[in-house]
Amino acid sequence: MSDSESRTPPIPEPRTASGIEIPERITPDMLRHPDPGTPGEPPYTRGIFPNGYRGRLWTFRQYSGFGTAEDTNARYRFLLESGQTGLSVALDLPTQCGFDPNDPMARSEVGKVGVSLSSLAEAEILFDGIDLSGISTSFTINGTAAIVYAMYCAVADKQGVPREKLTGTIQNDILKEYVARGTWIFPVRPSMRLISDTILFSNRETPRFNPISIAGAHVRDAGATAVEELGYTLANGLAYVEELIRRGGDAAKFANRLSFFFYVHMDFFEEICKFRAARRLWAALLEERFDITDPKAQRFRFGVVCGGSSLTAAQPYNNIVRVGIETLAATLGGAQSIFTCAYDEAFQIPTEFSAEIALRTQQIIAYESGISKIVDPLGGSHYVEWLTDKMEEETRRVIEEIDEYGGVEKAIEDGYLQARIAERAHERKQMVDKGETVIVGQNYFRRDDQTDDFGEVFKVDPQAAQRVQEKYQRVMAERDSAKVEQTLKALERAAAKDDENLMPYLIDCCHAYATVGEMVATLKLQWGEFQEPIRL
Amino acid sequence: MSLKGKRILIAKPGLDGHDVGAKVIALALRDAGADVIYTGLRKSSAYIAKVAVDEDVDVVGLSMLSGSHMALVSDTIRCLEEYDASDIKIFVGGTIPEKDRAALIEAGVCGVFTADMPLEDVIRAIERELS
Repeated sequence: MSDSESRTPPIPEPRTASGIEIPERITPDMLRHPDPGTPGEPPYTRGIFPNGYRGRLWTFRQYSGFGTAEDTNARYRFLLESGQTGLSVALDLPTQCGFDPNDPMARSEVGKVGVSLSSLAEAEILFDGIDLSGISTSFTINGTAAIVYAMYCAVADKQGVPREKLTGTIQNDILKEYVARGTWIFPVRPSMRLISDTILFSNRETPRFNPISIAGAHVRDAGATAVEELGYTLANGLAYVEELIRRGGDAAKFANRLSFFFYVHMDFFEEICKFRAARRLWAALLEERFDITDPKAQRFRFGVVCGGSSLTAAQPYNNIVRVGIETLAATLGGAQSIFTCAYDEAFQIPTEFSAEIALRTQQIIAYESGISKIVDPLGGSHYVEWLTDKMEEETRRVIEEIDEYGGVEKAIEDGYLQARIAERAHERKQMVDKGETVIVGQNYFRRDDQTDDFGEVFKVDPQAAQRVQEKYQRVMAERDSAKVEQTLKALERAAAKDDENLMPYLIDCCHAYATVGEMVATLKLQWGEFQEPIRL
Repeated sequence: MSLKGKRILIAKPGLDGHDVGAKVIALALRDAGADVIYTGLRKSSAYIAKVAVDEDVDVVGLSMLSGSHMALVSDTIRCLEEYDASDIKIFVGGTIPEKDRAALIEAGVCGVFTADMPLEDVIRAIERELS
């Protein structure tokens, strides 16, 4: 690799990572919004709170989960003791895709990328000793989000915590799963119904809980530009709003509980402006398309991941610097919650050592850098205001393009969006291969003796999957199977009707210790499965 | 570089939904002249082996980022053996830790690719194996 060692990268081209050409100088007459408005007031370009982080810092929310519920419960207690302020549950793929641990499709994936949560019995252990009224919990769960949310409600019932006290988030954004992340189960229509059920139920029973986190993150990580990330995400958001209105939802209630989720990559100013543009554009779109003018409902709240595919396996300690820069961008963009990836996160479950550095990165920015002392400190900068305008314009174009195609549902069912993302990823990869995109330590500035060693290796307990299986068998044997059958039957009947909210039925199933696999199988009987369009 | 006339199946075994790497490789191999078939997500090893045999492919590329590669690869190799199709070359791509690479080769895999590898190197490695 001495080839790349000797190579010096070209001076960076004057365009953003999304391809927006940057003029050499930006003057006030080039701005569409020379006055960006007041923080805390619509359209919220400068932030949704008048005082930014002065009243409340963002939530430090580290994603974690692995092996058995006991293993993960121990890690949560460690993170909470280290000063983390919210939990973020990583679930294993069988739980995400709706298979029980003993399913032949699932066996080799149990407890690998997250914790196995096959029934309420596991959820009770996962949150053992953690008071659900005092912590906000975020679940990266989509295909089976309604079931996991039902389980969380059931744990609260068991702990004696009133449901209205629950705070947290389920990702519950199925549209982007079809495009990028891949944990879809049912076809698009019934999935949209299930999502509306959770949101409408949550508005009523857990009013402080975010029943959806509309996520661009995965589309971005898969290959989309920042502009496309924002465009696809807002288009999905509009599709959910439309569905909720069709279901008779009250916009003043549900719009207020919609939240969003993005990746932060390395183009610092583009990322900051992405969030400023997102707030302004979302408020405008709600008003233009649905006549939603309630200032509270127009507030665009979002969380972020710093890291993701911007991290490299090459010279992994450089990732600490990358995450630091991305976290700065997130805070200058006004994020409500931040997850900082550990430097080894791209290739293993982080060790306690690497997880701690990731959390400390946020704490240093929050408590030492001074950023939290003033809201939107970049507001009024010619470049930042100009780029915010540009991002907004370009994002509108992406949304219009999807409208013209016939909407997101059609674009997904045809495989149109999936194919676009794949093309983008291919382009991106070619640019790195050609050396047009510089990745320090990977395609430039490599050393001949580079080993890419990342220190301590996280040791997955080889017995964990076995313990999950044994526990699962035990729960199956000990539960009241008549009760299980009865609650699943009720779920089946409710699913056959279009206008019945399924949440109460799912909660009943959870209380009876019905498994995720059983609930999903029951719904599959009614709705079938999504047929993935293969289009290259 | 050319893979003209070669038939390649890109497959996603297990439950992992990260399909970008698989699709990028599929596009690159197609550009290099190969006939590429992509299975889509969540396919069993038995299904992948059956498609490989039915489609008479020269190469199967398995893409996995969930850490379950050891079990899924040996499953697929076993299924191909059952079809008496061990002549089909198997390549693996994804998040494969250094320590597992030798074991995969030992199990019969022709090559292991990771995300930071240039596409040209991937194509060249497959070409070399087929020539």
